Amino acid sequence: MKKIHIILLVLIAGSIGILLTFLKTASTYDTIETAMSKPGKFVHLMAKLDKTQPIEYDAVNNPNYLSFTATDTTGKSVKVIYHNAKPDNLELSDKLVLKGKYQDGLFDCKDIQTKCPSKYKEEQARTGGTHPGNVPVK
Amino acid sequence: MDYIGEHLLPGKLGHFFIILSIVASLLATVAYFLAAQAKEPGDSQAWKKLARIAFLTEVFSVFAIFSILFYIIHNHLFEYHYAWKHSSRSLEFKYLLACFWEGQEGSFLLWTLCHSILGSILIKRGGQWEAPVMTVLSFTQFALATMVAGLYIFGWKMGSNPFILLRDSGVFDNAPGMHVNFDLAQPIRPDYMQSVKDGNDLNPLLQNYWMVIHPPFLFMGFASTTIPFAFAMAGLWKKQYSEWTKPALPWALFSAAVLGVGIMMGGMWAYESLTFGGYWAWDPVENASLVPWMIGISGIHTLLIYRHTGHSLRSTYLFFILSFAFVLYSTFLTRSGILGESSVHAFTDLGMNWQLTVFLLGFVLPALAFFLLRLKEIPSVQQEENMASREFWMFIGSLVFFLSAIVIIAKTSTPVLNKVLGTNIAPPEDAEFSYNSIQVYVAVIVALLTAVSQYLKYKDSSRTYFWKKILIPTVITLVLFALFLVFGAIHYTKKGPVFQGAIWLAVFCSIYSIVANASYIWLGVKGSLKLSGGSIAHVGFGMVLLGILISSSNKEILSNNIGGIPAPLAAGENPRENLTLVKDLTANMGSYSLTYLGDSAHPKKQLWFYKIRVKSNDGKEDFILTPNAFVNYKGNMGLMANPDAKHYWDHDVFTYITSIPNPQTAKDTSTFKPYIRKAGDSLFYSGGYILVQELKKNDSVPEDLFGKDGSLYEVPLQVHSKTGSVYTLKSRLAHARGTWFSLPDTLPSESLVLQLQQVNEDKSFELGVKESGAVMKYVTLKAYRFPFIRLLWYGVWITAIGILISMVRRIRLNRKNTPSA
Repeated sequence: MKKIHIILLVLIAGSIGILLTFLKTASTYDTIETAMSKPGKFVHLMAKLDKTQPIEYDAVNNPNYLSFTATDTTGKSVKVIYHNAKPDNLELSDKLVLKGKYQDGLFDCKDIQTKCPSKYKEEQARTGGTHPGNVPVK
Repeated sequence: MDYIGEHLLPGKLGHFFIILSIVASLLATVAYFLAAQAKEPGDSQAWKKLARIAFLTEVFSVFAIFSILFYIIHNHLFEYHYAWKHSSRSLEFKYLLACFWEGQEGSFLLWTLCHSILGSILIKRGGQWEAPVMTVLSFTQFALATMVAGLYIFGWKMGSNPFILLRDSGVFDNAPGMHVNFDLAQPIRPDYMQSVKDGNDLNPLLQNYWMVIHPPFLFMGFASTTIPFAFAMAGLWKKQYSEWTKPALPWALFSAAVLGVGIMMGGMWAYESLTFGGYWAWDPVENASLVPWMIGISGIHTLLIYRHTGHSLRSTYLFFILSFAFVLYSTFLTRSGILGESSVHAFTDLGMNWQLTVFLLGFVLPALAFFLLRLKEIPSVQQEENMASREFWMFIGSLVFFLSAIVIIAKTSTPVLNKVLGTNIAPPEDAEFSYNSIQVYVAVIVALLTAVSQYLKYKDSSRTYFWKKILIPTVITLVLFALFLVFGAIHYTKKGPVFQGAIWLAVFCSIYSIVANASYIWLGVKGSLKLSGGSIAHVGFGMVLLGILISSSNKEILSNNIGGIPAPLAAGENPRENLTLVKDLTANMGSYSLTYLGDSAHPKKQLWFYKIRVKSNDGKEDFILTPNAFVNYKGNMGLMANPDAKHYWDHDVFTYITSIPNPQTAKDTSTFKPYIRKAGDSLFYSGGYILVQELKKNDSVPEDLFGKDGSLYEVPLQVHSKTGSVYTLKSRLAHARGTWFSLPDTLPSESLVLQLQQVNEDKSFELGVKESGAVMKYVTLKAYRFPFIRLLWYGVWITAIGILISMVRRIRLNRKNTPSA
């Protein structure tokens, strides 16, 4: 066997090892229920904002504290704490990817990804059209 | 029905040229194929002639499509969906091109346009390789042309047509106002154009000059990976396993330079207009374009090995095939919508995933199968490589680089894995670290190899020669590194000593790479710039690595903040990155102080500029940054912020807005009124009274934050409002590193700001009280300091220049050797 082949094998084995370690550290996509069932474990929580509950954010007092309630299709809900500025489209989002851990009754979130309805731009065209010839006559 | 105010001619022409481009590229493919297969030279010439006409027709069509679409956007013909969706009347001329490629259709067109240019050059210069290489290229053109076809075949949507009309696009399906009698069942009103006054505009985040030139470079880079791939295929096909490597080399070099610059221009755009505080985030979209580049670089190195020693031809084939394959894979990842969960900036699904999948597999699987089928026939040297040779270490470097690319793309591909296997794999807790912790070692190995390999000769080199030559650069590097140890440091301790050590090591190796390659220009090729393309490129690459290592590991968060209190007072607690600046109140943080001076608006758009004054405590830096933000822009509610940065030769100060108060804020013009008080005194404000408590002095403040002799005065204040609420505030005055500064405390519910301004000998002190008539005016922001980030940007340009110097040299060599091309 040539030296180069041995090196090749070692490097490939190393790469596979790296990828297996990666899979071990990888997290999972979860619902609120499954996230609650593994407290302390880092997960990607797929949920949405519960608009019936208050959003707590006061930038003057503490710009690094946001709290709101998240809910999902299973009907469960959880209080979320996020130590960062409030994402400005939070209220408009129809889906949230919350990266963090469930602990002591709270979901401690490290990062929030907001998903807005992708068709939001079309909204204007839909509502923006009254024109002279077509105004209904009373 | 006739609609009023539409311009239908451009669209009809556009449709015609799209169909023409599909037919012409298919014809070119077939004719080039027959030209390459023809036994008789006369037949071959005839087919080639036809093929050229077909290909040039395709080129003309592509340019025509491009011009028509640009005409539509430029003239604001909003009856076309593409113009309506991606542009607006208020858009500056310079961004019209950026909105051209905001959509998938436009970026596909850009790609074919680049292929057209490259193909035209190949027709002129391809010589005997023209027919087989152009067969592959024309077929790629055909595949890309179908991407903008907009045809339905048995219910399958093939391609997305950029010339589709707004009224045919489905946008009005739920808009009663656009239909006759407000009835959705009725046809669209003939005068609907009267209601379509303006388009949706370009996404504000893309309104940046880098977005005008980043996509052309990137797609030229993507398109150019097709050429080495096509040459490799041609070599397999014509069984001329070796000859293709000569003409392919300059193309591969061109591709590496352009793609590399294109990727990093994306980084510059991200740095200037995105708000994750950096230029690279290991986002899937970034990774997907980086990987083809890395594999292409490996391919160039193995090709050089082959040209000089006869080794590594098979790996060269593999690398060029895979480099192109991963361009297609990147197209699939970014355009299929599969990254929806994991990427911030992928395109949305256009409903043509089957086509993207066919595009990917239709090229990659046959190419790999063909390669494996002919593998045994590809010449390879059986003799053992000499460890004292340049090619041995070059090969190791290429291999490490290649495997590193594979590891990156494998990690990026988890969404695909989830889809195919039904697994549930999400990125790990610290996704960036999972890349950095591996790639830092790749940087060490690759930088080290680029430093030493050039000092070895191909095939064999004597030890004395090597050590004699490498001695000077090694000594210089050791001296420089010692200086770095004395005057600089890597402060990154967050991930433990092992990772910090790895960064140190990588810094050393990058310096070594820069020095050794710069020295080689004199020691190796005697100062001849023509011959030193490789060394220059490696110097640039070393600078890129060094810039990345220093700017990211020593990135300093200036806006450290806890609970509204600037960081120096909360040592030991975990600092947070957002800082709220109340207008005209100076906040001290680390070695800088920041003041929010006010804002101003763009004359036409809902774009606001926030003036932030930044002063360094040593007085050397004093400047104003104006990060801006689109507020509630075009129905896109909320804030879209663009950072601003001040560039110094050795660092950047960088800030962006993360939150603003509700825009209905009234103007706040009040100032601090001074009151001299002692403990136990009281003072009145409009909403109640304030009880002043005992002044406390704290001398045992953390020295690393306050310096020697630092101290902190603190007066607790009890605010009794008329409504009966009682609040306790702390006004503070700090003496840190020789300067005094007040740390105001705010009480938003009472619109009250209190600060301790001065402490007198007789234990009395001055309190500043500010009442603002309205809700307070403030911005919340993040601020960073990036040291030595310029090394990275300059490194990118130097790398590209080095590669292009090599390219020019290789083209000249090829011309000399083949007089009748």
